[in-house]
Amino acid sequence: MSAASVEGPPDDPWSSMMKAAIAGDEGVYRRLLEEISRSVRAMARAAFARARLGDADVEDAVQETLLAIHLKRHTWDPSQKLSPWVNAIARHKIIDAMRRRGARRAEPIEDFEEFLAAPAEEDPHALSDAKRLIETLSPRQRDIVRSISLDGQSIAATAARLSMTEVAVRVALHRALKSLGAAWRSSLS
Amino acid sequence: MRTSELIAALAADPVPEPVHLGRRFFGAAALGVLGALALYLVFVGPRPDFAEAVRTIRFDLKFVNAAAFALPSLMLLFRLARPDARPGALALWLFAPLVLLGAAVAVEMMVVPPGQWLSRLVGDNWMYCSTMIPMMAAPILAALIVAMRAGAPLRPGWTGALAGAASAGAAALLYASHCTDDSPLFVATWYPLATLVCAGAGALLGRRFLAW
Repeated sequence: MSAASVEGPPDDPWSSMMKAAIAGDEGVYRRLLEEISRSVRAMARAAFARARLGDADVEDAVQETLLAIHLKRHTWDPSQKLSPWVNAIARHKIIDAMRRRGARRAEPIEDFEEFLAAPAEEDPHALSDAKRLIETLSPRQRDIVRSISLDGQSIAATAARLSMTEVAVRVALHRALKSLGAAWRSSLS
Repeated sequence: MRTSELIAALAADPVPEPVHLGRRFFGAAALGVLGALALYLVFVGPRPDFAEAVRTIRFDLKFVNAAAFALPSLMLLFRLARPDARPGALALWLFAPLVLLGAAVAVEMMVVPPGQWLSRLVGDNWMYCSTMIPMMAAPILAALIVAMRAGAPLRPGWTGALAGAASAGAAALLYASHCTDDSPLFVATWYPLATLVCAGAGALLGRRFLAW
């Protein structure tokens, strides 16, 4: 584990954002995930650089972290701050990603608060594992994930196009995201 | 897939019901103990001279020891359900039963002549002890693994092993009331062996079911 984490401001914006997200505010949730992805990206870049791994797989670590946060968000304890929780998950997933690239002994990884000053933008040319892993989904799930993520369609539009109910689309999307997480995990071993 | 595209998919995913890890964990632990209790009542049962045995220090020490192990290991396990867990001083409490047991063994070896050490160590029930404890621990371990799946423990194997050890500690609490071997020499040999068996099973289950 790395040195003591830098404590965030007392009125911790991320924690309130996550509370709003869990209460159902999609817009806030999207903004929170974007902020988290920038911080985790900076954290992953530094860790990869220190292990002398190229930048190519940083985005995988970021996406895997986001998916893990997403799939576990309902178990986060709202009486605690969000950032230590996110830090722990990010560190765990970054180490996984580095091991997959053959890094043997992980150097300590700094909490992302160390990088907050310079939030990193995504490398637009990076290819990610997610693209490959989506191929492992069932055709219907793949269609729904693509429609909502790549084509930026709404749940309602996707449901209309596939002549499904919105509830069915949401259920299928949720299943697809869960199996994406499982596929990621099994690509480890 | 770009990260912004993944975020779009995540944001569209419905919000699940919040999970209260504490309620789930201790609910599961209680359920597992009930299962162990049922096995105890059907297959094991208290020893016939239970009422007299309670007045001997060796007998009572078995419960103190089992409780001193089961409680901190359960608390530590619960803490490990969160990825940002800090085990802290709680982990040190796991040494308490070891110290206690070590002291009891030392005293036993002082008050009992060396000729009897081996027979006290082997006792009458060693086979029974090392099978009954894992048997009663099984439902507790299963319940704990299911509960921990809701959380996000960082080290699945080690967390599973701790779940196994904790379940053995709780099962030992029941088994101790059955067993007629009270010597610390017996307790310090066969109870830890049963605990190791459960920890090994827990480690396997953890690696299989607690990764996320």
